Amino acid sequence: MRIRHLIAVLVAPWLLTAALANPFEMTLKNGLRVIVKEDRRAPTVAQMVWYRIGSMDEVDGASGVAHVLEHMMFKGTPSVGPGEFNKLVAAAGGRDNAFTSRDYTAYFQQVPKEKLAEMMRLEADRMRHLNVDPKEFAQEIKVVMEERRMRTDDNPQSKLFEQMNAVAFQAHPYRRPIIGWMNDLETMTATDAKAWYDTWYVPNNAYVIIVGDVDHKEVFALAEKYYGALEGRPLPVRKPQVEPAQDGTRRVNVKAPAELPVLIMGYKAPVLRDIEKDSDPYALQMLAAILDGHDAARFNKKLVREDKVALSVNIDYDDTARGPGMIYLSGTPSEGKTVADLESALRAEIARIQKEGVSEPELKRARAQLVAAEVYKLDSMFGQAMEIGQIESAGLPYQKLDRMLDKLQKVTAAEVQAVAKKYFTDDTLTIGILEPQPLDGKPRRPSVASRH
Amino acid sequence: MKNAMKKLLTATVALFALVTAQSALAGVKIEHWVSPTGARVYFVESRVLPMLDVQVDFAAGSMFDPPGKSGTAALTRSTLDLGAGTRDETAIAEQLADIGATLGGGADTDRASVAVRTLSAPEKRNTAIDILRNVLQAPRYDAAIVERERARTVASLKEALTRPDAIGGRAFWSALYPVHPYGRQATPESVAALTRDDLAAHHARYYTAANASITLVGDISRAEAEKIAESLAAGLPAGSAASLPVSPVVPAGSTVKLAHPASQAHVLIGLPAIERGNPDFFPLLVGNYTLGGGGFVSRLMKEVRDARGYAYSVYSYFAPLKQTGPFQIGLQTKRSQANDAIKVTRDVLAGFLKDGPSAEELAAAKANLTGSFPLRLDSNKKILDNVSVIGFYGLPLDYLDRYQANVQAVTVDAVKQAFSRRVRPENLITVTVAAD
Repeated sequence: MRIRHLIAVLVAPWLLTAALANPFEMTLKNGLRVIVKEDRRAPTVAQMVWYRIGSMDEVDGASGVAHVLEHMMFKGTPSVGPGEFNKLVAAAGGRDNAFTSRDYTAYFQQVPKEKLAEMMRLEADRMRHLNVDPKEFAQEIKVVMEERRMRTDDNPQSKLFEQMNAVAFQAHPYRRPIIGWMNDLETMTATDAKAWYDTWYVPNNAYVIIVGDVDHKEVFALAEKYYGALEGRPLPVRKPQVEPAQDGTRRVNVKAPAELPVLIMGYKAPVLRDIEKDSDPYALQMLAAILDGHDAARFNKKLVREDKVALSVNIDYDDTARGPGMIYLSGTPSEGKTVADLESALRAEIARIQKEGVSEPELKRARAQLVAAEVYKLDSMFGQAMEIGQIESAGLPYQKLDRMLDKLQKVTAAEVQAVAKKYFTDDTLTIGILEPQPLDGKPRRPSVASRH
Repeated sequence: MKNAMKKLLTATVALFALVTAQSALAGVKIEHWVSPTGARVYFVESRVLPMLDVQVDFAAGSMFDPPGKSGTAALTRSTLDLGAGTRDETAIAEQLADIGATLGGGADTDRASVAVRTLSAPEKRNTAIDILRNVLQAPRYDAAIVERERARTVASLKEALTRPDAIGGRAFWSALYPVHPYGRQATPESVAALTRDDLAAHHARYYTAANASITLVGDISRAEAEKIAESLAAGLPAGSAASLPVSPVVPAGSTVKLAHPASQAHVLIGLPAIERGNPDFFPLLVGNYTLGGGGFVSRLMKEVRDARGYAYSVYSYFAPLKQTGPFQIGLQTKRSQANDAIKVTRDVLAGFLKDGPSAEELAAAKANLTGSFPLRLDSNKKILDNVSVIGFYGLPLDYLDRYQANVQAVTVDAVKQAFSRRVRPENLITVTVAAD
């Protein structure tokens, strides 16, 4: 979904020179890659450090450790005390945070440009010198349990999504939630977190992305100075853990205090492994845009506005990931309609594309949105750093972002129809249903029965 | 739901975003004029990217809902762009998508906003502005669409009424504002009773030139900005500025305890505190950084989260509004330890009210608030957000230029005095949902 070329040539010729050289990249002797994108529009800079380690690298009984370690990364090193990291970033006028996904763990700071060197010093320090203090751990694991309560246990949709993935995937670690099962959190120790850190937090398992008002040569020199001395180490072999083929629809129902039911239909789908040879993920992206790319796209127009079967309908498809892909259709039925009604309506929309295909104006519209999004993207330095980080986390080179966009722009109506036929099949479908329960535990006045 | 799901799919954000009660910018040249028809216009020329943002704000938020008709402002805004002039809702959405433009905005207590983002190339920009003009000036409020959107709103309200955070937030505002319209909330019943005429009447009264501020940021000239602003304002009724209700009074302190089956208790503590433009704002902003505004380095964060592991998120902020807006402390914690967490929170607040920040804390607050200033304005979107606030609330045009100096001027005494005026312990209202 990225078109630096097109933009540069068509709408912003001044970007052309920058686009050819930018971003810049070097690799330190210890294996750490440093990617710098110069963007001089404001005197600020974003540094992100990405580790190629996420919840998919965990094992049963230790779910959530990637995320817990992320919390512990703020708890100090021999030279920076517990909580000092945040304090130093704040004193620099900066903002910082971190996030853990299935595929990676990433840390970032946004600061005025003159503070970049200090941020690099801090990140380099905690890349190899973290203290995992048992007392700090004992407090922080409670914080993570509160986080789980907030994000998942008390959030019916999240709970449904968690349960659904636990059913859709049986062998692949995507079946476990990023935040971890509560019992795994309860039994986790500081030693577990430390082992995780010692195994995976090495420069050859990381890459640094810096976007902002900087000179790449100066940044490379700083990188050498701060990160250069850290020692690399061979990583353990990661086994593939391939998900076996699914041969039949799976269903999961979740009860939780709520008013409205939710339906999620998840189909196994491909993700990009080879930017040149693969074609289906591009076609699926365009399919998603045609179904749900704007307010009058097919799903909203037909199901919400015309037929009023749904209060809302969404499609979600990520075409890059380390693990297996899914395409999710989800929605909430209108009052007086059931999840079964909604499921039929969603199936009818998919069948319509399988039978009749999509129109040229629909494709053209999706392409126009892609072109504009490429310009809007440049409004955020952080967003640009995220884009590079995410594509790299899936094992794809950021230098090919332009090529991906070209491929996306060239998707034909026939290809969209073909992927609709190929991937929306009952055998690879998992259906999740949220069954709303009354808050007081007493049965509600009889409402429309849900059948499945 | 889509966004929620996407987030779950890709990342668990480990630490919550900093809550900022105020924002500002410097080094940004704001041009201001009043359009011939009476709308206030704010323009920042930015040629770096080939794009344009235009936001139109009206004093048309929920505080102007007629008595008994709560939800009017929100529904008026949400159906505004679902059919206007000769364009039906499908034409609006398709034409925007065809040029890659997006239409956004919404309604809060004070403001109703309509914002468009478009590429600045004239053939794109002209279509985007034409749609925006249409939507502002000639919304249709087709009966069938109003009926549909009303049903969707009622359903989402019913859903919200099952969520502990929404339940707590509503109870908090009701308790803080027992008389003032800030305390009135849309209910499934009040929304169900709204008609298309209610919406059309709200639009006719409040979506007027005299009640509008227009903010433009992007790749156009001053002359082009003037033309666009006037084309947006000219077709609106001249109207008059909205008249405000009697200011809120600060009620006596109280505790509201609501039952809920959730595993975590939601706790809110606060009171009505300050309006936009009040000089107490800077001492409160700087002081609150130490109390609970400064993300990971605040006292609340240290005591409630780091030292005891009671909560993932704990914060405090001032939200100045057109009229006296709230001071709010919030946290979520395992339901069985709600009382312990409340006690720690109250102790931290009491200690802060008594002594204010230490000299070291004050210096740290100033270092962050002034040092982070460039980060508040490093994108068109951030500039738009800041300038539209200045325009809508009538803050001084040099507000941003003086922001850092205003922060630097704050003393420990000024913080203590401002807090003692604005946060009286006897007036604190505590709302808990799902606490044992």
